[in-house]
Amino acid sequence: MNRYPLWKNLLILVVLVTGFIYTLPNFYGESPAVQIMPLRSHLKADTQLLATVEQTLRDAQLAPEVLSLDAGSIKARFSDTDSQLKAKDVLHAKLGEDYVVALNLLSRSPVWLTEMNALPMYLGLDLRGGVHFLMQVDMKAALDKALESSSGDMRSTLREARIPYSGVTLDGNVIVVKFRDADARSKGEAELKLRFGGLQFDNKDAGRDYLLRATLKQQEKLRLQDSALQQNLVTLRNRVNELGVAEPVIQQQGADRVVVQLPGVQDTARAKDILGRTATLEVRLVDDDRQIGASGAAPFGTDIFKERDGTSIVVKKSVILTGERINDAQPGFDSRNNEPAVHINLDAVGARKFKEATRENVGKRMAIILFEKGRGEVVTAPVIREEIGGGRVQISGQMDTTEAQNIALLLRAGALAAPMEIIEERTVGPSLGADNIQRGFDSTKIGFIMVAVFMIAYYLVFGTISVLALGANLLLLIALLSMLQATLTLPGMAGIALTLGMAIDANVLINERIREELRNGVPPQMAISTGYENAFATIIDSNITTLIAGVALFMFGSGPVKGFAVVLCLGILTSMFSGVMVSRALVNLIYGRRARLNKVAIG
Amino acid sequence: MEFFRIKKDIPFMSYGKLTTVISLATFLLAVSFLVIKGLNFGVDFTGGTVIEVHYAQPSDTNKVREELASIGLPDALVQHFGTTHDVLIQVPLKHNKMGANLSEQVLTALRASGEVELRRVEFVGPQVGKDLVEDGAMALLLVSLGIVGYLWIRFEWKFGLAAIIANLHDVVIILGCFAFFQWEFSLSVLAAVLAVLGYSVNESVVVFDRIRENFRKMRKTGVAEIIDNAITRTMSRTIITHGSTQLMVLAMLLLGGETLHFFALALTIGIMFSIYSSVLVASPLLMMFGVSREDFIKPEKTEAEEVLP
Repeated sequence: MNRYPLWKNLLILVVLVTGFIYTLPNFYGESPAVQIMPLRSHLKADTQLLATVEQTLRDAQLAPEVLSLDAGSIKARFSDTDSQLKAKDVLHAKLGEDYVVALNLLSRSPVWLTEMNALPMYLGLDLRGGVHFLMQVDMKAALDKALESSSGDMRSTLREARIPYSGVTLDGNVIVVKFRDADARSKGEAELKLRFGGLQFDNKDAGRDYLLRATLKQQEKLRLQDSALQQNLVTLRNRVNELGVAEPVIQQQGADRVVVQLPGVQDTARAKDILGRTATLEVRLVDDDRQIGASGAAPFGTDIFKERDGTSIVVKKSVILTGERINDAQPGFDSRNNEPAVHINLDAVGARKFKEATRENVGKRMAIILFEKGRGEVVTAPVIREEIGGGRVQISGQMDTTEAQNIALLLRAGALAAPMEIIEERTVGPSLGADNIQRGFDSTKIGFIMVAVFMIAYYLVFGTISVLALGANLLLLIALLSMLQATLTLPGMAGIALTLGMAIDANVLINERIREELRNGVPPQMAISTGYENAFATIIDSNITTLIAGVALFMFGSGPVKGFAVVLCLGILTSMFSGVMVSRALVNLIYGRRARLNKVAIG
Repeated sequence: MEFFRIKKDIPFMSYGKLTTVISLATFLLAVSFLVIKGLNFGVDFTGGTVIEVHYAQPSDTNKVREELASIGLPDALVQHFGTTHDVLIQVPLKHNKMGANLSEQVLTALRASGEVELRRVEFVGPQVGKDLVEDGAMALLLVSLGIVGYLWIRFEWKFGLAAIIANLHDVVIILGCFAFFQWEFSLSVLAAVLAVLGYSVNESVVVFDRIRENFRKMRKTGVAEIIDNAITRTMSRTIITHGSTQLMVLAMLLLGGETLHFFALALTIGIMFSIYSSVLVASPLLMMFGVSREDFIKPEKTEAEEVLP
C-alpha cells in the first residue's frame, strides 16, 4: 500500500531535476558588464552593431568573457570592473550620442543555462541598490490648461463667425460665455458646438446677461488625462535613456501615477534633475537655400540641427511658434488618401501666427524642433503645401503608423506636458543592498539548520525525510522565483524563511498522525498510509487560509510588501507539493517495499 | 524522543472561564495602549523623510543635529542606528519645505564635515501615506472576510467566527505591544501582521478539524470532552510546528539586521500569541456559540417550498 506508481515517482523526479536546473544560475554570481542600446527607432541592435562593438573592443585590447546580442541590446561581460569601465569609455567614444552605453551586472552562469531561459532571481532595489520614484501627474493642471486654451479658441471662433458676445471667462472648471441677447446665444451655441466636440454646453440667464456655460465631457476628461499620462511616460522614457541605466522600469500605476525604478543609480540628484526637466518645442522655417559650410558652422542667422534619421538640416533662427501654442497632437489618417498622418491642434494665437507664416512660405519646408537639455532635435520637417488657417494642421506623407504615433507623442511631449511631482522616493545604497542579501541569506541558513537538527533528533528517519522534503521545498521555491523572474525583495527573503518554518507544519502533522496510529496499535505500513491520508485534509485547510492572506497582501501591497506576498503564495504551493508528495515518495522508497515491517524509526 | 506523552485529556474547557478572563484582560490592556499611546506610525504612513547614513568614523549625533539645524532642519530626529557608525535621520513632512530634494541637501551638508556614505533614503509624500493606510485597512478586511468565508464553507459559521475573533485578538495584541513600546509601525510590520493572521488561523483549523472528526467518531461523548480531546491530541503538533516557525523567525530577528527588525518582532509576538489564542480563545468561543453534533451530522434536508407568483 505504500508504493507510488512509476509515473508518480518519475513526475517527482522530473519536477526536482527541473527545479535544480532553474536554481543553478543563482549560484554562479555576477560579473561586471556593459550594455549597449540604440536610442533612435531607426537604429537597431543587430549583427552589424555587434561587429562594430567587437572591433572597438579588440582595438582597445579588451577581451570580453561573453559578447551577446539579444532583443534590443548588446551585452559584453568582463572579468573585472576596470575593463568594464574602460570598455564603457571606448564604446561611448565610438558610438556617440545615439546609443546608451550602460554599466550592468550579468550572471556568470554558463551559456546553455541562459539559452534555456534559466536566469538568476530578479533582485529588487532594496537588495541590489538603486532609486525608486513614484511620480504624480498633476491632472488638474492638465485639465485647466485644456480649458484655458479652449476659452481662448472660443473668442476667436466667435469673432470669426461674427457673433456678438460680451465676454469669455473661466470660472473654476466652467467656461462662461456672455451674450447680450438670446438670438446671439443660440447662434453662438450652434457654432461652438460644431467646433468643440469635447465640451458640453448649457444655457443660463443671470440678470440681463445671457450665459452659455461649457464644461468638459466626462469622456473628454478621461481622454485628456490618459493622453497626459502617456505623454509623460514617453518623456520619462526618453530622459531615463539619457541616464544610461541598464534595466530601468517606467510604469503606469493607477490613473495618475508613474513608477520609475533605476537600479544601480546612486546619483539621485542628477536623476531627479533629468526626470524633472521640461522640454520645449519650437516651429521654425527650414533654410534650404543655404548649405552647411565646409567648416560645419551654421550660416549667419541659422542653426544646424539633426533630423531623427541623422541627416543635418539648416533652420532659420526666428521662431514661428513655441510648444505652448499646441493644444494637442494625435496620430490619424489623411482624409484624402488614407495615409498615416499627425493631426495638430493649435490654440487661437498659434493659429493666427501659423496662418501668417504659411501664407508667406508656400512650397518651403518648416521644421518642428524638440529641445531638451539645451539640445534640439528635428522631429519632422514637412513641406508647406498651402496657407493653413483655423489652427488645424495635418502632417502627412512618408511615414508609417508607428512613426505617426511617435511624432504625435514627441509633439505633445514638448507641448502641454502636465507637471509631475515626486511623491515617494526610496533609495538604497549598494552597500546596504549587499548587507541585506547577506543578512537574509544568513538568517535563512541558521533557521534552516536549527529546524533540521531538531526535526532529525525528534523524528529520526521520518525527521530526516521531513528535512529532505523541506530542502526540496526551498529548491522548488527558488526555482519558481527564478523562472517567473518575480522581484525578490528583503521582505521576500524573510518570506522564504517564514514559509520554510511554516512548511514543516505539514510534515509535523503527518509524523504526529503516524505516531498516534502506531500508539493505537495499528501496524506500521497501515499507520504510514492512514497518517498521510488523515493529515492531508488538514494540510489543505490550513494552507488555504494562509494563501488567502497572501493573495490579499499581493492585491493591496506595494513594492517590498508585494515581494513578500509573492514568496508567501509560491511558498505555500511548493510546500504542499514537497511536504506531501516528496516526503511520501521518500517514505515509500525506504519502507514501502518491505513486506514485513515491524518497526519504523519515528522516535 | 517525545515531549508530550499525555495519557489523559487535559480538561481545557473547564478552564474556559479563567482563560476567557485572561484573554479579555490582555485584549482590553492592548486596546487601552492603542487608545492612550497610539501607534508610532512610520514614515510609510505619516509621510516624511528617513535618511540612513554610514560614517567611516564613529559619529556624534549632536554634531549631526547642529549641521542639520544649519540648513534649516532643527527639528530633525537624529539617532544611532545599530552602531555608532550609522545614523538615522527623520524629518517629518511638516518641517520639510524642500520636498523630494531634501535628501540631497542633507547629504551635502553632512559631507562638508566628513566622509559619509548614503545607505538609504525614504521620502513619502502626504498623498502616498493616505493611500497606504487605506490599502492596509482594505487588506485586513479582505483577509478577515476571506478566512471567515472559507471556514464557513469548509466547516460552519460558528467555526469561522470563533477563529477570526481569536486571531483578531492576536492582531490587537501585536498592535498593543507596538503601541506600548512605541515601536515603529511600518508597512512591513503591517505585512507581518497580516501574515500572522493567515498563519494562526491555520492553528485553529487543525484543532477544528479534529473536533469535527471527533464528533463523527466519538458518538457518546459530550461537547466539552470532544474539544478537550481534540486539543490534547493536537498539542504536540501545535508546539512543535510553532517552535519550528519560531526558530526561523528568531533567526530573522537576531541576524536579519535593522531593516527586518520590527517585521521579525511582529512575527515573533504574533506566533507566540497564536498558540495561546487558537487553543484557549477559539475553542471556548466555539463552545459559547453552541457547537453541536448536529452541525456536522445533518438530518436529511427537505426540498424548500417555492414561492410562485
